[in-house]
Amino acid sequence: MRKNILRLLGENARISFREIAERLNISENEAMEIVGEMEGEGIIKGYKVIIDEKAVADNVVRAIIQVKVRPEREGGFNNIAKRLSRFPEVSSLYLVSGGYDLQLEVQGETLHEVATFVSSKLATIDGVISTATHFLLKKYKESGRILHDEDEYERLKITP
Amino acid sequence: MRMNMKDSKSRLEGKIAKHIATLPRSGIRDFFELVNAMDDDVISLGIGEPDFATPWHIRESAIYSIERGHTSYTSNLGLLSLRKEIARYLAQDYGIEYNPVNECIITVGVSEALDILIRAITEPGDEIIYHEPCYVSYAAEIVMAGGVPVAVNTREENNFALDPEDFRKAITSKTKAILLNFPCNPTGASLSMEQKKQIADIAIEHDLIVISDEIYSELTYNERTPTIASLPGMKERTVFLHGFSKAFAMTGFRLGYACGPAELIEAMMKIHQYSMLCASIIAQEAGEEALKNGMREMLKMKAEYQERRNVITKRLNEMGLKCVTPSGAFYAFPNITSTGLSSKDFATRLLCEGKVAVVPGTAFGKCGEGYVRCAYAASMSDIYTAMDRIEKFLLTI
Ligand SMILES: Cc1ncc(COP(=O)(O)O)c(C=O)c1O
Repeated sequence: MRKNILRLLGENARISFREIAERLNISENEAMEIVGEMEGEGIIKGYKVIIDEKAVADNVVRAIIQVKVRPEREGGFNNIAKRLSRFPEVSSLYLVSGGYDLQLEVQGETLHEVATFVSSKLATIDGVISTATHFLLKKYKESGRILHDEDEYERLKITP
Repeated sequence: MRMNMKDSKSRLEGKIAKHIATLPRSGIRDFFELVNAMDDDVISLGIGEPDFATPWHIRESAIYSIERGHTSYTSNLGLLSLRKEIARYLAQDYGIEYNPVNECIITVGVSEALDILIRAITEPGDEIIYHEPCYVSYAAEIVMAGGVPVAVNTREENNFALDPEDFRKAITSKTKAILLNFPCNPTGASLSMEQKKQIADIAIEHDLIVISDEIYSELTYNERTPTIASLPGMKERTVFLHGFSKAFAMTGFRLGYACGPAELIEAMMKIHQYSMLCASIIAQEAGEEALKNGMREMLKMKAEYQERRNVITKRLNEMGLKCVTPSGAFYAFPNITSTGLSSKDFATRLLCEGKVAVVPGTAFGKCGEGYVRCAYAASMSDIYTAMDRIEKFLLTI
């Protein structure tokens, strides 16, 4: 049941308890309880909105930054990753396999702001060996949602 | 001009075969025209096909077929690789084994499978029993093949399952076959194991062919009981019809199949080879992809239908339209007699005043009077809006 509720919340975080209950054939109280439990246990960490950033006037510049770091004898990549994750400019951060170690998504209001973050904050941290910054140009899909327009396809209104 | 029109009309009069001229148009068709004349604000619960587009990996494999130039005819029976995949799928998920070489034919939808099967077995005057309310094509298919359709009613108090005793009573010396469709369009009914056994026993006792249209079988929300074809003594007299339209959301690919005794498949193949040649190779290759890699997406759609079913049956019952919980397919079949309206009046008024399209139960047979079919192959938000609208509409009558 938890899985099902998480799936529904993943599709629409603003779904009502009533709809959750009706769809999964449980009572509204049960739905509320289970969600409450999952919030309490930290399984649900928050609720997020997917925004079409073009539509809001404020400029947002995003970049994906690939970072190579020198792991520490104790703690490996953890300390530096934790330290980086405290920067509000970093919107997500992953340890990845392959040619580099950490992948950051960084967000700022101008190109300059992001570039400054990289050169003055990120690159100067002890343990950071190199960075490669890729500015995002256009968003086609996010969180499982396709963001480019697809023409609505009209089905027949009545079929057998 | 007028003269000409009249001329051409009279010239063709008497030229159309009588059994076709007298064949009634599908009740769905009439209603379709009414709905089409309405403005765009109508929410349709009248669509008997998935609202999902075909899963992308299947669409992509169809594109790949075209890219590779796989654009030819296939063997009449269909691609052997697809038939093998079907045999594997049925053995694994339905517990019944067919020889892909001679016990399986690929058709242009279950529609064509039904057509060629009924033509293959029907001689003038042969009776074929089927249950009503049912899919709109059955009676017409039997009539077009020169047979006599014999309807047995299913009833709400049995959750619209076929009562084996009603089936027995309909049998005469002319009965050739019985046509079953569970899960059922339009009622969503399924048969219990016990009912299947009893129906099988009666079919064996009277030496009847059993046609089992199981096009909705994946969309069974309780545990799925084994197909009637798998019961002892049944494989040699049952033709199992299935396809890709519903579970894999592939209606537009027009792909189905029939599995059964080699002799019957051979007879069907003859009609198929002369009238259809083969199903589209692009659809066949896409079907193979669906069976090989499509289970996850299919189960996702099924879970979504099940949630919609929960919502729609709960809401209909709450607003006073008694509705049996459908155990399969994507149709709810609420009882609307409490409104005092006929099915047709209810559906027409709901369409014009409430802006929701449902199909009058009578489109699926006389005994559908007092019911309407609400397809829940519509988005959840449409279902919620439609339910609110129906609730409001009920207050005005
Ligand atoms: C019970 C039943 N059988 C057969 C069909 C036809 O399916 P196909 O698309 O495979 O021709 C339908 C379609 O609505 C159906 O509901």
